[in-house]
Amino acid sequence: MAAGPLLLLLLLLLGAAGPGAAAAAAAGPGPGLGPGAALREELLLRPLPAGDVAAAFQFRTRWDADLRRGAVSHYRLFPKALGQLVAAQGVRELHLALTQGFWRTRSWGQPPLGAPAGAELWVWFQDTVPDVDKAWKELSNILSGIFCASLNFIDSTNTVTPTASFKPLGLANGTDHRLLRYAVLPREVVCTENLTPWKKLLPCGSKAGLAVLLKAERLFHSSYHSQAVHIRPICRDASCLAVSWELRQTLTVVFDSFTSGQGKKDWSLFKMFSRTLTDACPLASESKVYVDISPKNEEKEFLEVTPTPTSVHEAVVQGDKRTYAVYDLLSPSLFNSSRSLNVQLKWKRPQDSQELSTPVLHAQRYVSGYGLQTGEISTLVHNTHPYRAFPVVLLETVPWYLRLYVHTLTVITKGKENKPSYIHYQPAQDRKRPHLLEMLIQLPANSVTKITIQFERALLKWTEYTPDPNHGFYVSPSVLSALVPSVVAMKDVDVEESPLFASLFPSSDGSSYFVRLYTEPLLVNLPTPDFSMPYNVICLTCTVVAVCYGSFYNLLTRTFHVEEPSRGGLAKRLANIIRRADPVRRC
Amino acid sequence: MGNGAKLPVPLTVLSSSEADAALHALQDASPGSLTVYVVPESSSLLPQGTNVYVGKHRSALVRAGQGLAALRARLQQLTRVMSFTASSIAAALADRVPDGQLGPDARRHLKSSLGYEITFSLLNPDPKSHDVDWDIEGAVNRYVQPVLDKLSVVANFSVDSQILYYAVLGVTPRFDKESSSFLLSAHSLPHVINPVEARLGSSAASLYPVLNFLLYVPERSHSPLYIQDKDGAPVPTNAFHSPRWGGIMVWGPGSASLPLHVDVDMVRVMEVFLAQLRLLFGISREELPPEFQVESPGNEGLADWELDRLLWAHTVENIATVATTLTSLAQLLDQISNIVIKDDVASEVYRAVASVQDAMAELAEGRLRSAFQASKEAVTSSERAFFDPSLLHLLYFPDDQKPLEIPLPGPCIFFIPACL
Repeated sequence: MAAGPLLLLLLLLLGAAGPGAAAAAAAGPGPGLGPGAALREELLLRPLPAGDVAAAFQFRTRWDADLRRGAVSHYRLFPKALGQLVAAQGVRELHLALTQGFWRTRSWGQPPLGAPAGAELWVWFQDTVPDVDKAWKELSNILSGIFCASLNFIDSTNTVTPTASFKPLGLANGTDHRLLRYAVLPREVVCTENLTPWKKLLPCGSKAGLAVLLKAERLFHSSYHSQAVHIRPICRDASCLAVSWELRQTLTVVFDSFTSGQGKKDWSLFKMFSRTLTDACPLASESKVYVDISPKNEEKEFLEVTPTPTSVHEAVVQGDKRTYAVYDLLSPSLFNSSRSLNVQLKWKRPQDSQELSTPVLHAQRYVSGYGLQTGEISTLVHNTHPYRAFPVVLLETVPWYLRLYVHTLTVITKGKENKPSYIHYQPAQDRKRPHLLEMLIQLPANSVTKITIQFERALLKWTEYTPDPNHGFYVSPSVLSALVPSVVAMKDVDVEESPLFASLFPSSDGSSYFVRLYTEPLLVNLPTPDFSMPYNVICLTCTVVAVCYGSFYNLLTRTFHVEEPSRGGLAKRLANIIRRADPVRRC
Repeated sequence: MGNGAKLPVPLTVLSSSEADAALHALQDASPGSLTVYVVPESSSLLPQGTNVYVGKHRSALVRAGQGLAALRARLQQLTRVMSFTASSIAAALADRVPDGQLGPDARRHLKSSLGYEITFSLLNPDPKSHDVDWDIEGAVNRYVQPVLDKLSVVANFSVDSQILYYAVLGVTPRFDKESSSFLLSAHSLPHVINPVEARLGSSAASLYPVLNFLLYVPERSHSPLYIQDKDGAPVPTNAFHSPRWGGIMVWGPGSASLPLHVDVDMVRVMEVFLAQLRLLFGISREELPPEFQVESPGNEGLADWELDRLLWAHTVENIATVATTLTSLAQLLDQISNIVIKDDVASEVYRAVASVQDAMAELAEGRLRSAFQASKEAVTSSERAFFDPSLLHLLYFPDDQKPLEIPLPGPCIFFIPACL
């Protein structure tokens, strides 16, 4: 068991968490906020190959306060519901993502912030929490109420405690992984009723600033929609003597040129959101729109943006050198010529000649096999870097009713077996706990690694089936975490000065950047009984018994006798009729 | 009739409040008790024109009056003011007494609960033009915390505050040409609360009832904004409260000039909010005849005897709640046979009944504090028993899952009477 690379990777993942190396002083608070709170908002527009465009919103509130349990707290920009939740449940870090759709890494590149399909919640608790499971259950129930999502279905059958993935993204004293809980609900659907409470948490609501663009009927008419909330503690300043709390609300949406039904692939804010920007949020200290105009293949420019941007920003993001056109909504010159800002993107050259640049790391997962007894889960991980190898941590959570056979686990790269240097396997307990499999695999350069494991499908009790059992049962996506070597060297990122999209996963080592990828969720059919059978059995039995028994009884006890012609008054005639209708004569 | 102990200074040279303070050291003031000192009619201890002086602890000074009958009348009036009366107990039981027997003020007071959450919110509908700031932390520590410390006998309190931006009142105020200001009429006030309540949110931390105190800074196009009472005159404090919910205050004339910084005077705001808090709890005083003089309770917000009145009302209300809860549970069991009562639920019910009997015995003896504790335990036990989720385990058990005895002997049922 080679602990060396494991330790190195874990240390790197840990060290990537603390942005304490920032050199500049914290930005001053905005107007009227009093000491200790700052809001920054940002929108990143990134054109994707094939004419789609991805829009990523980030709203970041920094609050210089100490959310100890029981202390009276006075909230200004930080929403009271989340602040009370963090203080009452002893939460150190909270990450909740609600996603609809799947991010196609191979065609679109690395996502700005990855999230699995459905609902994902992972939380690091403080070490002062006495009972982590109880706090986890209460937390998921309260979040379910705040976000109108069915997070109350999170229980011990879909919660795991990863040991190597999901290290803290904020300040951390120690990392006892018993304080971490991770759960995914792949079946969760995201819709307008989840967007509304998410928007309510923003200080300006959806009345001013970038949030006016968040219109539900346009946002859900897209191929991918993901909204997330991240709360973590960060250093207040460069000396890191005090702790501040950071709340980031992110919303990523991909607009599909095909479904929006236009022949031309030009985009503008109005076409995407049916609204334009009129002003910045008065409470924000920074409010910017970034448009990715990076040239591909050393061309000069392939994208034209109007109106003229206020500035141009260059940065190395996810291993690539990128150029951004920046619109600063707080600069007075922006709204001089017109009252509203409608950023328009026009392609200079036809789109079809765009070359897809494959990302360095991408993965797929699928189920194979036949019949309803056994099957096999296969994961394919691609490393397309030409000459660098790097390790990746793979986390798989499989529900208990797919019984994994660990002795059939094989990892094959380029035809040869590739033994993982670290495996953590926790077997499932029926109806209590899912399977947890974590592996650290070294991916050689320019290779495809195939990880397969066989399973057997269990027969559930008849009350455990969902109302539509023939739809299938979901298996949560697997998570790949890696420090991917970058082609271009990266500088240390200063959280306050750099754009928000570059500072969620800061890297301490300039030669690699942190990537977290999610594969597809799987849909697996389990052997399903025919639920109409109890009704059929009852009907059949009752019919047979009634017919047989009734006929036998009649045969045995019916007597026949001659009937007198009816004579007499009405009463006698009525009595005769009644007597004739009675099938059984008085004995 | 004084007691026979020695005082350091003869009483006649002290003012009434100092005398009260000095006597307080000598008395045994357990909660629920009242000590009345009767002074001679001609004494100069009480100022001219005052016959009764009510102290801020549990004592009072009364002039002897012309005869025993006058003294008796004064003492009766005094006990009605300082301790409970039939009407105050009826108000505590207001939810159970049928309508018509109570006055209009009967159902206004907050229900008795184990804790309350107090939230102060500042509503700023127009952050672009108004830059509002308030020193809520200091104000809470200086003004609100002493009152809540005094009330901590009654319940647990927690305080927090927030600032809400772009929160508007649901009502458009009318412009009044004569005073060149905007007016909110009294009949539009009930419509103000609902749209705001959607923004206030509920507490994520606990299940206690929430008292909301809102301070609204009107936007520039609608200021200055005043609240009108039923007669059309502007209310001096520019605030109103809603029973069992909280209070709203509109911040006074905004600066018409462009430096838009609004500094909120916390003293003025806290005065109004604390007065509303007293009203919500039902600690306010009725009209007293001019010969009564009541000492102001100072920073603590309420006198000991007012606290006692609250405790009497809450104890009675708790006992009535327990009776109602347990009776409802018994009636439910009669009607629905599918409810399961486990052993721990049964023990909670026994404990509730025992605590109620304790509380009533303590009340009969006049020991208020232990009666109140017993009544709180009774309420906790009865709520735990009634709302236990295990009661519902078999509640919706469908009848068709019960063993099927019907089909087989079914036909027999018709034939057997025929054979007889």
